[in-house]
Amino acid sequence: MILRLASASLIARALTVGMTILAIALSVALFLGVEKIRTGAKASFADTISGTDLIVGARSGSVQLLLYSVFRIGNATNNVTWQSYQDIAARSDVDWIVPISLGDSHRQFRVMGTSQAFFEHYKYRQGRSLALENGAIMDDLFDTVIGADVAATLGYSIGDPIIVAHGLASFTEHKDQPFRVSGILEKTGTPVDRTVIVSMEAIEAIHVDWQSGAQVPGQSTPADVIRQMELTPKAITAALVGVESPLQTFALQRAINQYDEEPLLAILPGVALQELWGIVGIAETALLAVSFMVVVTALIGMMATIFSSLNERRREMAIFRAMGARPVTILSMLVLEAIVMAAVGAVLGMALLYVGLFVAQPILDSAFGLWIPIDAPSLHEFRVVLAVICAGAIVSLVPAFRAYRMSVADGMMVKT
Amino acid sequence: MSETVLALADVAYRWPGRTGFSLTVPSLSVAKGESVLLLGESGSGKSTLLSLICGTILPDDGKVSIAGTDTTTLSGGARDKFRAEQIGVIFQQFNLLPFASVMDNILLPLRFAPARRNRVDNAAAEATALCAGLGLPLGAVNEKATSLSVGQQQRVAVARALIGHPPLIIADEPTSALDANSQAAFLDLLFAQTATHNTSLLMVSHDPRLSARFDRVIRMEDIATVERAAA
Repeated sequence: MILRLASASLIARALTVGMTILAIALSVALFLGVEKIRTGAKASFADTISGTDLIVGARSGSVQLLLYSVFRIGNATNNVTWQSYQDIAARSDVDWIVPISLGDSHRQFRVMGTSQAFFEHYKYRQGRSLALENGAIMDDLFDTVIGADVAATLGYSIGDPIIVAHGLASFTEHKDQPFRVSGILEKTGTPVDRTVIVSMEAIEAIHVDWQSGAQVPGQSTPADVIRQMELTPKAITAALVGVESPLQTFALQRAINQYDEEPLLAILPGVALQELWGIVGIAETALLAVSFMVVVTALIGMMATIFSSLNERRREMAIFRAMGARPVTILSMLVLEAIVMAAVGAVLGMALLYVGLFVAQPILDSAFGLWIPIDAPSLHEFRVVLAVICAGAIVSLVPAFRAYRMSVADGMMVKT
Repeated sequence: MSETVLALADVAYRWPGRTGFSLTVPSLSVAKGESVLLLGESGSGKSTLLSLICGTILPDDGKVSIAGTDTTTLSGGARDKFRAEQIGVIFQQFNLLPFASVMDNILLPLRFAPARRNRVDNAAAEATALCAGLGLPLGAVNEKATSLSVGQQQRVAVARALIGHPPLIIADEPTSALDANSQAAFLDLLFAQTATHNTSLLMVSHDPRLSARFDRVIRMEDIATVERAAA
């Protein structure tokens, strides 16, 4: 009955109570949303590369190497010579090696030169392999396989021609050597979706007439002449390496880092990711702290609402007292009221979060390549909801205690 | 001499924090089934006296006995429960919880008084019967309290005070919000109910015109002394 009366009392004040609940709901949705995006981003990053033991590139920073080789963020400071690549490939502890050559682009997408082995060894999301949605892996020198986002954004289908531009966001195009789309990859949720993949030889081929980053004026070698040329790459940007046995990873890493001919850097993708989290961690914590403060603000708002309702409810409390309610009953009714508001708010917030996720999921995916999975609420989320309810109860003790003192002082007689 | 329901003896109360303001009641008693009108001007200490009787404040001295129990010896929580068990309270106005149904309002005291609840076989049926006896329209029990007129609300307050047959009803100017005709009708109903259940009634008012209808009339100034420091 007390519960029924408490809820009837809440319903009678529907507007202010509703606003309070809405504030709590929004704050909880924000807090859980930030958490979702944070873990989603982490998972999305971590899912981008799996099965690769080492990434090799020119000596720079490990985070930088990871970012440009896997995430296509930023640029390489230097290249790795073909000689070094072959030296590493020839080592007995190397099971497989995939060269990567970056630096050209097609529209807003990056072009990556690699070998057929890329399709075999590149794994994402706990060991999933790339699969073709359509067509076949490049066969001809001027064939290209494009990621799902490239195909979707530019509306390409198999057989369409592609002209590769030199550099990134450049207007100089390799017009003489148009490519043909031979395959379109399935959506992976990784940067591969936004990549145009060509063979290593193709990267060489389009640069035949180029020297020091500029086209030699008046020189244009026809495609069929290029086909006859020796197209061994002179340098690569980075290489993905798989070792024979996991035990050899560190020995190989050390060997590459101490390679005499050229300053190289080998990194473990997982370790580099950890380093990256270390850098991003501060911003993450700040974001989390801000959303936490929003929750606190909403709860303080609730406290204020209860406070301001006390005066107009003195009569109500006097009736309860006259009917035999103890001051403690008055106190617990107010706390109960706060718990109901906080609980409804928190659950509504969770619902809002899921609605928001359903709406935002495709937008986040296409705009940022960030795939936030929609799962059943985790234990962590239930803990947050529970914590909000508990915090609501604790916060409400302040006005509830004031009501307690008021009802002791007033008794059943309110001077009005 | 018949059974005494309410007896005050040498009660003295001083308002905390307000030195020089005190109320003393040497003796006051109400017998079982008796209806007593307590007349007093505002500021005569009526409200304080009612609070003392109901046990929401404690006297500094003296005894307040209700149905044979000295409430001053009880703890705060026990006094609250005792009040719920033994006393039905009717206010001047705004008696009801506005957001609750009439039924919930009537049943509210039973929530805090298990013995009183046990005296009623079927609380909902009892509430409906009381409403009918008080001339409330059929089906009013399911209405929201605020949908009733002031007069009807006062009758609901009577039903609430009577449910479970507490031995004593305390009414604090229950008719002051009503017009003359409604006052008469209200008192008819109230007396009919208290007579049926042999309930004692202590009603406080400033209106001497009501005197004729009560077994006994007491003037506040005759039973109590109020002292206040020169303001």
